[in-house]
Amino acid sequence: MSTPLTADSRPRLVVHARLQHDAVRDRWVVQAPERLFVLDEIAYAVVSRCGNGLSVAEIAAALSAEFDAPVDEILGDVLALLQDLADKGIVHDHPA
Amino acid sequence: MTTLLEPQVEVKVEPPLALLAELTHRCPLRCPYCSNPQALAGRSDELPTEAWLDVLAQAGRLGMLQVHLSGGEPAARRDLEALVQGARAAGLYTNLITSGFLLDRDRLERLKQAGLDHVQLSVQDSEATGADRIAGLDGAHARKLAIAPVIRAAGLPLTLNVVIHRHNIARVPDLIALAVSLDAARIEVAHAQYYGWGLDNRGALMPTRAQLETATAQVSEARERLKGRLVIDYVLPDYYARRPKACMGGWARRFMVVAPDGQILPCHAAPTIPDLPFPNVRETRLNEAWFRDPAFARFRGTDWMREPCRSCDRREIDWGGCRCQALALAGAADAVDPACALSPLHEQLVALAERESATDAPAFRYRGNSV
Repeated sequence: MSTPLTADSRPRLVVHARLQHDAVRDRWVVQAPERLFVLDEIAYAVVSRCGNGLSVAEIAAALSAEFDAPVDEILGDVLALLQDLADKGIVHDHPA
Repeated sequence: MTTLLEPQVEVKVEPPLALLAELTHRCPLRCPYCSNPQALAGRSDELPTEAWLDVLAQAGRLGMLQVHLSGGEPAARRDLEALVQGARAAGLYTNLITSGFLLDRDRLERLKQAGLDHVQLSVQDSEATGADRIAGLDGAHARKLAIAPVIRAAGLPLTLNVVIHRHNIARVPDLIALAVSLDAARIEVAHAQYYGWGLDNRGALMPTRAQLETATAQVSEARERLKGRLVIDYVLPDYYARRPKACMGGWARRFMVVAPDGQILPCHAAPTIPDLPFPNVRETRLNEAWFRDPAFARFRGTDWMREPCRSCDRREIDWGGCRCQALALAGAADAVDPACALSPLHEQLVALAERESATDAPAFRYRGNSV
């Protein structure tokens, strides 16, 4: 079992996953072997901030400002989304 | 007086998501379940580099997002590095499906430099004797174990791929452990599919239902235990199933195959269907083939279906199963896939699997090889 992500985790895409714009369908996707994760607006906002050394809490704070929503609520949603991607082997915690 | 035009009912065809580029049928191995056709294309039939580069560029423009560079052994192509580069330039996630032969550290580093995203390495078993017997080549397993760390050292992510049958099904847990020990991020545990070579060797490959159930439970347990560490993809065999699988995700819905000689196909086994000529990249653009070719439209969606498929509530889940299997077992490509319990042939098929799997395994009929 992978270690659960926390507010202090610094998530990033695993090396074999790639964030890419699907120009023909005008959407963002994460590509992995035999898998394609189609990102909605929120998922894209989260995933595109992964890998810059930001913690989950910092990502949630940025989104809270951008979407004008309470940070506690956002933090829960962001953690759930990232944990789901971690369980699927797409995101991992990569301490700076 | 005005005439109102009848609104045209048009089924919108989505562009394909992935290209299976079968670069060559040449392979040093002779696995008796090989997915290549029984009539193998020779080296002189293969598309030249420029033609493949054009195919890859077209694939990107058409909206495909991934390419699986496959074979045969794709590393038998000396231009593999150039093709990887072309695939990445077309925006494709580039996956090399390999036996591990014809690769070494220098070549893997060049492939990584060219932009290769991922390597899928086949193993035939977790122990050498059985593995080499399936591969039809002494020493094959040892070479695979030796190349896996070289792949990882080149910075390339690794999937282990293993085809499951009666001779290795008892070692599913060992195969999963092998994937972890080789630092793979993913393993594909795929039961043998019984078309072409696999159909010829069915009696030599078919596991018992009890073996299948044990393996399936072992996979579920390992999936939970290794969540976040190892992704396990599991492909079921369909003879013991109640409903067929969505072969290729449905005919001409997601995948396009280009064969070594340039044939454009919705699935690699499709040329077994008689009176269904397929286009070739030497004359036809990929987008024309996908959107306009009658062979691609032939079994796409649900319009082609007869009962019981036509009114089945799973018709848009399994898309009627596999047309090649329907042809091979029921004698018609538009028949119900006998893997489905609604097929009049299903009980016969299950009985056949039970009988063959309980009988001593016959000798393999190996595919030919050449590199």
